[in-house]
Amino acid sequence: MGIVSPGFQGRRRPTGPNLPPGQYLTEDFPVLSAGPTPRVSLTDWEFVITTETGAELRWSWDEMWALPTETPTVDIHCVTHWSKLGTNWQGVSLDTLLDGVDTAADYALVHSYGGYTTNLPLDDLRDGQAWVVHQYDGADLPAEHGGPARLLVPHLYFWKSAKWVRGIRLGLTDEPGFWETAGYHDYGDPWREQRYQGD
Amino acid sequence: MTDQLRPDPGRMDYLDGNVLAGPLRDVFAVDLTTATGRCAACGQTGPMAALRVYSNAPGVVARCPNCEEVMLRLVRTPTSAWLDLRGATFMQIPMPAEPTMMPGPTAM
Repeated sequence: MGIVSPGFQGRRRPTGPNLPPGQYLTEDFPVLSAGPTPRVSLTDWEFVITTETGAELRWSWDEMWALPTETPTVDIHCVTHWSKLGTNWQGVSLDTLLDGVDTAADYALVHSYGGYTTNLPLDDLRDGQAWVVHQYDGADLPAEHGGPARLLVPHLYFWKSAKWVRGIRLGLTDEPGFWETAGYHDYGDPWREQRYQGD
Repeated sequence: MTDQLRPDPGRMDYLDGNVLAGPLRDVFAVDLTTATGRCAACGQTGPMAALRVYSNAPGVVARCPNCEEVMLRLVRTPTSAWLDLRGATFMQIPMPAEPTMMPGPTAM
């Protein structure tokens, strides 16, 4: 396999009815990363929502986890063709974090410790579709999987679920993120197999 | 921000830049790992083969060994290759001397 070919090769299994087109089931949890794993101390950690006017809402680690949490069980689908079903997380809904945010924005650019970015429509963060999660399978989220906290947007390809999430910038225009500026689809719906630009 | 980021000490989670030879040969006629590049972020100049390459990802990401900023991204889709070199100020590619372009004396 050439190293450019996207397609992390886990244990390949046949596709099934619960899988989007072109996906295979894995029981593993492959680690994909475009850079070194940031180590963020919980005392320094913060999550910031920045509106299109520059207004900022900030949460420290303790403030974040004093909010009501949810325990979503969801299927996740990586653009490199693996899917993992019934994954268990704990986190704060973006509905909670966006509640009371005064914005006319249509778009969100998620940014992470380490510099990663990814974009999506703001509506895709609302209505029970997205969380900031800090636990996976009943334990603290390991750093290689995005701990201390990552975004979880399971209805889109998993590159949208930014590891090491630090904040979200809301905007009136769409600003493509790290992979979206390098050939990957702007939206990334796995059920429509929107892997690359033009799909 | 860097004071909050502490990469794993001693952990080699990347490959060296020599692994770029094959995929870049698909795009360029020359082996670009012999080229010298300058990091647009920190200014360090060095061989492409010294970059830190992360390939367990949706594409290949090559980072500066000094500051870890991205110098090169390469994504291969079914129909094209996407190459982003914005993180490199320049690439100096070894080339043999060009044949002289000066015309010789001609009789009028």
